[in-house]
Amino acid sequence: MPNINEQIQAIVDNNDVVLFMKGTPDFPQCGFSHQASQLLRFIEVDFKGVNCLETDELRQGIKNFSNWPTIPQIYLKGEFVGGADILRELFQSGELFATLTQKGIPFKAPAGAQA
Amino acid sequence: MPMPAAEIESLIKQGIPDAKVEIRALADDEDHWAATVVSQEFAGKSKLQQHQLVYKALGGHMGGALHALQLQTFAPK
Repeated sequence: MPNINEQIQAIVDNNDVVLFMKGTPDFPQCGFSHQASQLLRFIEVDFKGVNCLETDELRQGIKNFSNWPTIPQIYLKGEFVGGADILRELFQSGELFATLTQKGIPFKAPAGAQA
Repeated sequence: MPMPAAEIESLIKQGIPDAKVEIRALADDEDHWAATVVSQEFAGKSKLQQHQLVYKALGGHMGGALHALQLQTFAPK
């Protein structure tokens, strides 16, 4: 069994978009996780939701892995982007669409948004 | 275990001395806060790095005693 860091590394390596969250996209268990998963769904980005409440090892492991003290955490093509607040700001400024385009990740820009 | 707004503000200012900090409650439970932090230290840094500076100032409290903090950071215009 690989250690928790290797397990997390494998998840971000094997999925273009990963949301480490509390709960699942269908049943988020924290307001910030809810917000982040709703945003990704709104722009129709295909993402893997990882429920960090499943084990204490993962809940603590992801904080160490990213050197980031909170959940949710968003990874795009292996790169740590930030938490719910940063995701929302990147969305509002249009930077998120530029980044997704640059990384070749499909999405649907809402009408009127800068893509 | 909740953390009062004054303590959050004082921790941030200890870590980032020139910071202007505004804190408002997201819920009436002393446990869900939103903070806006403005500091010259943020100039030229990404949002990720800016948030990391604030988290560093908060020490180990973020995600522990401090459960929920919505964060906005800016460099002064």
